[in-house]
Order: sequence, then structure tokens, then C-alpha cells
Amino acid sequence: MNVVLFIIAALILVGALATVCVRNLVYCALSLAATFAALGMLYLALGAEFIGWVQILVYVGAVAVLIVFVILLTAPDRMRSVGPLFSRSRILGVGVSLGVFGTIAYAVHKSGSLKGSLSMPAETDMQSIGEELLSSYLVPLEATGVLLTVALIGAVLFAREEPVEGSEESQESKD
Amino acid sequence: MWLVIIQLKIGIILTFFSLLFAVASLAERKILARIQNRRGPNRVGPCGLFQPIADGIKMLIKEDVVPRKADRALHFLAPIVMVAPMVLLFGILPYGGGLTLVDLEVGLLFFFAVSSVSELAVFMAGWSSANKYSVFGAMRAIAQMVSYEVPLVLVAITPVMVAGSLSLVHMVEDQAGYAIGVIPNWFVLTPWGIVGFLLLFVTSLAEANRTPFDLPEGESELVAGHLTEYSGFKYALFFMGEYFGIFAGSGLAVALFLGGGGAPLPLLQWIPPYLWFFVKLVVLVGIVIWVRASLPRMRIDQLMDLCWKGLVPLAFVNLIAAAIWHYSGGGWQGWILAGGLLVGAYLMLNRVVLRSRCSWERKYYLAKS
Amino acid sequence: MERMASHYRKSGGRWLGSGILRGMGVTLKNWIGSYFDPSRLVTVCYPGERLPLPENSRSFPFLIYDGDDPEAGLRCVACRICEKECPPECIHIENERDENGKPRKRPAVFDIDISVCMSCQICVEVCPFDAIEMDQIYAISTNARFEPLRLHKEQLLKPNEYFRELSPTRSAAADARREAERAKQAKKKEAGKKG
Repeated sequence: MNVVLFIIAALILVGALATVCVRNLVYCALSLAATFAALGMLYLALGAEFIGWVQILVYVGAVAVLIVFVILLTAPDRMRSVGPLFSRSRILGVGVSLGVFGTIAYAVHKSGSLKGSLSMPAETDMQSIGEELLSSYLVPLEATGVLLTVALIGAVLFAREEPVEGSEESQESKD
Repeated sequence: MWLVIIQLKIGIILTFFSLLFAVASLAERKILARIQNRRGPNRVGPCGLFQPIADGIKMLIKEDVVPRKADRALHFLAPIVMVAPMVLLFGILPYGGGLTLVDLEVGLLFFFAVSSVSELAVFMAGWSSANKYSVFGAMRAIAQMVSYEVPLVLVAITPVMVAGSLSLVHMVEDQAGYAIGVIPNWFVLTPWGIVGFLLLFVTSLAEANRTPFDLPEGESELVAGHLTEYSGFKYALFFMGEYFGIFAGSGLAVALFLGGGGAPLPLLQWIPPYLWFFVKLVVLVGIVIWVRASLPRMRIDQLMDLCWKGLVPLAFVNLIAAAIWHYSGGGWQGWILAGGLLVGAYLMLNRVVLRSRCSWERKYYLAKS
Repeated sequence: MERMASHYRKSGGRWLGSGILRGMGVTLKNWIGSYFDPSRLVTVCYPGERLPLPENSRSFPFLIYDGDDPEAGLRCVACRICEKECPPECIHIENERDENGKPRKRPAVFDIDISVCMSCQICVEVCPFDAIEMDQIYAISTNARFEPLRLHKEQLLKPNEYFRELSPTRSAAADARREAERAKQAKKKEAGKKG
């Protein structure tokens, strides 16, 4: 079990590093997808089937694909590199990441799950997950739904081109 | 012993689908030819029966051309990423009769999660080929697959709601038995089931990039889409991946709506369920071929319209209908309520679409003045 | 309302999807019909099966002989009318000669260069002996440009039965002509004997 976990952890690390370090946008996107998939495997290895497959469905199947689609749409020059490996604001970046890492580490430390006596939860079945989602976590679930809908509508609003009054005529007169 | 049995099952399933791939590729050409008043392949072996073998040998010994500017690694990986998930999908189909390989509790989720990975393969193929046709084909394919995944999942949820489980095996069990002793309890024989089955069929066609949704490979405009720069065995792998996708989609439809391995009549129950499963699957594959011979390719805007203005609303209505059916107990009240809702939705769509088609007049901007 | 109804009719039906079903019905009918109705399966598998050619189709000339032996039954008398009349001059005839160098009424060489022949049928029209006729061969590609397309006497000679099969009408007419001619000759001979 531990060996598998370590392999998966290594995969995640390598994938994440490749996402940041590789200078080819497409490779970055694909290694991001690989990282997502490895994360899904981690969940599966920990016995969380539902979360694991949802992770793969949503992140590999949707998020990574959308990223990739954006790459195709914007069609960057294949040969041009994305930029230098270290940006000018690297100190700020290091600070932010250290802060995030510290926060998460503190939270994990505080939660007491590292105290050693972590018992594997009994196999969670879909039934109980569904019941929990629709009873105790109903409000967050619905809120997430509303949030996503708002985001969708916002995207549509941004994407829709408002026909400007007389724009064609003004263009013509310019010509 | 346990391992041997598992391996035996894997062997049977893979052999069956590989054979079906060979037969389907031949049957497709034969049936298409017949429908178009041609004869189809009839040179190799009796009635051209050995054509798949000849095709296979041809694909194997053909030169594997990689464009000079192509990204060699991705160009090589793409066909593998295409086929591997499709093969995985066969693992969870509920063949029944002891042939079911894995009964995942989240089977349906597994199906969608794994099949969505093939979109990445399409992207890899399109982008790595360093060809404009490939890139455009990949873009179209991804846009189409992402859009059609929405109604596909929405439709697949309805049997989940009624059966109360994501496990495909459980869903098949839920459809076992016969009403009045003769009519099977398949979901397709309920008002929401018919609609759901049709929607699932249409969306699976779109997911598999089949006619009438084969714009990504529209040869009149895109040569062969993301397959343009592929030849030889890599092309064969893509071809295989596509066919396996069709098989898996048909298998899903059989499991969700056609009662899996259940016999259509109680009299025929002595035939093992996996045979019924395969028969149903083959019939569905035949219908896919038939559809390909009948319907012309859609335009990209029609494709998106159909998805977002037709299939997604219908899928939502169907979801509600399934809920009504479930809570009304599935008797005649269910038929009236759920059926009425769906018929109403159809009539409304009919009215809207046909009227919009009526008021739509072609505008000739250039020819007029 | 009236307008809407007419639009419905114009758009091919008033039910969504009815067009698709109708189209699928057409293809299904065609598919099943192709197994029973030969008119739905018009392809002829060419090298194996061939459509019968119309009787008056023609490609290149050939020589007719009567009986079984091509040399004995040769109708051609090497009069060389066809050689003279041939517009592209693709016929080449040399007379057989006896030991004194006197030409006999038989061709020693009769060549037709079908790479030059234009299938005009003039040689057939002018032949007084019905010795040359038009053939219907068509799959005659060769692996060289000149020699294989130059047909010699041996290749050109074909029995009268072949011609009868090829073109019953024309061969019957020719046979009748030859019969009448022979009768006339016989009469003349008889008259000569008498006289």
C-alpha cells in the first residue's frame, strides 16, 4: 500500500513540476492533466472511489480538455517558448506559495490526522455520500450550483458581442 | 484459480470485441454498399469475408509516416491514449451470467471519466501533427465532445435515479423480471426510457464522432481531421479506438435501457445473458451503421443548436419525467404523467423548431442589390 | 394560420424527426431490396461478368474463314481493295507467290495495325467477298507499343461461327449474299457447260 502511495506521490510531484518547468505550453497542459489523473489515482488508492473518479471526470475530462481547447483556440506559435523559467516577480511568488503551504500545513497539523491513530474509514458507499450531500451539505451544494450558473451566465455575457448602434456605418464612413 | 478465471473472462471479452471490430468494419462497408446500390468488398475470400484480414495486413506493413515538423512523442502517444481508455470501458459492462468482469459501485462514473480521456487523445493527435486540418479537426472534435457530454450525462442520470445506484450491474438487476408475464421490465419500455434511450443513442453517436456528427473528419473540408497525418498502424489504432467507442457506447445503452443481458421473452431465458447482451449490442452497432448510410453530415452551427437547444432541454425534461415516474409508482398514473410531460415537450419543441424554420427566410445580401 | 400550414407542408412534414424516419425507411428498403431485386444492385463485377455488347458495336476488323481449317477456308483473295480504301492505311497485305513469283489469290501477310485503325468499317463495306468483318474485342491492352498491337493473319483469322455468334443479323445477310453468289456462279457454270 505504501509503495503505491509513494509512486503516486512521485507521479504527482513530477507532473506538477513539469507543469511549471516545461517551456512548451502544450506539454504543460498535458502534464497538468497527468497530475490530475495521478491525484485521482491517489484518491482511488485511499479507497475513495467516488471522489477519485469524479476527480478524473471533472479535471482530466473537463478542465484539462478546456485548457487544451483554449490553447487550440488561441493557437500560440508552436516554436516560441512561454518565457523565462523564473519570472521577475519570483520573490513574491515564493512568498505567496510559502504562505499557502504554511496555511495548509498548519491546518493539517491542527486537524490531528497526523497523530498516527488514523483509522481507515469504513468503505463509503455511494448511498451515504448522496444522502450526506443532500442533507447536511445541501446548502453548500446548492450554493456551488448557483455559483457555477452565475459563472456560466457571466461567461456568456462576456462572450456575446453587443451590436453597437451604427457601428457598421461609422466603419464605412471611415473607409 | 481466481486469477485464471479473471484472465479467461478478459480473454473472452477482448476476443469478442476484437472480432466484432473486424466484422463491423466489413459489415459497415457491405451494408453501406448495399444501401447505395453497390456490392462492397467481395474480392478477398468468399463474399469478401477475409477483407478485414487483408486490411489488417495492409495497415501493419504500411509505412508509418510522421511529418517532419510533427511532435514525435505526442504523435506516437495519441493513438495509444485513444485506444487504452476504450478498452478499459469493456471491463465494467454488465454482460451478466458470470462474464461480468468488475462490478464497480461507481460504474457509470467510471465510464464517463475514462471515456472523457479520449478527448485528450484527439487533441494530442491534432496538435502534434503540425497540420492545420488536424488542428481544426481536433478543435471541432473537442468542442463537439465537450458539448455532447452534457446531455449524455444528463440522460444517463435518469436510470441512476430510478435504480438508485451507479453500478451498472445493479441497474441491470433492476430491469430484470417481466410485467404481466411477457413484457420485460426494461427501462426502454417506459415513457422516460424511450426518450432517454433515443437521446443516449444520439449523444453517443456524437461522442464517437459518427455520422451525422462526423464533422471532425468531414473530408470535404478537413481532409480527415485529426487523422490527416496518420497512416499505417497508428491510423488503424485510431480506427479501432473509434469502433471500440461505438461498442462501449452501445454496451452502455444496452445496460442502461435495454435490460443488459435480460431476455426479451420469458421463454427465451435459457439463452445465457451474455449472449443476449452481445446480440443487443450488435443490433445497436448495426443501427449505427444504418444511420450512417441514411443521414447527411450536419453543419457545425446545426450541431451546436441541436445539442444546446434540443438535447439538453429534452434531457432535463426527461429527468423530471423520470422523477415523476419514480414517485408515481410506475403504473398507469406514471404513464399518463410522465408520458404527458414528454409528449408536451416534444410538441413544444416541434412547434418551436418548425415555426422557426418557417419564419426563417434566406437573405441574399449580395444577390439582392 | 394558413401561411403556417403551407410552411409546414413546404418543410416536409409537421412532425420533428419524421423526415429522419422516412429517410431511414428509404435506406432500409434499399438495403433489403438489394438482396431480392436485381435492379437495386446494378454493379457488374467487370472482369468476371460482362454486360452483353449491343450487336452493332464494333472495335477492330478481323478475317473470316469457313470450315475448320483457317488456311483452307480463307475467304480473303488478297485483292487489296481494303488496303487501298483504308483511310489511315493500317492494313498491310502481301500476296502469296508461287515458285515463279506470280502472285496467287491468297494473302501471305495480312497485318492490321490496330493502334492506327480508327474502326471506320470502310474495309468491311468495300470487301466484295465478305472476308473482313468488325470484331467486338475491347480489353486489348498490351505491354508494348508497336509489335503486340500489330495483329497478324494468324490472330485475325476467326471462324464464321464466331461471326454468327457475334452478329446474327449481319452474318445472316453475309451468308445469304454468299449463298446467292454461289448459286449464281453455279448457274453460270451450268449455262457455260450447256453453252
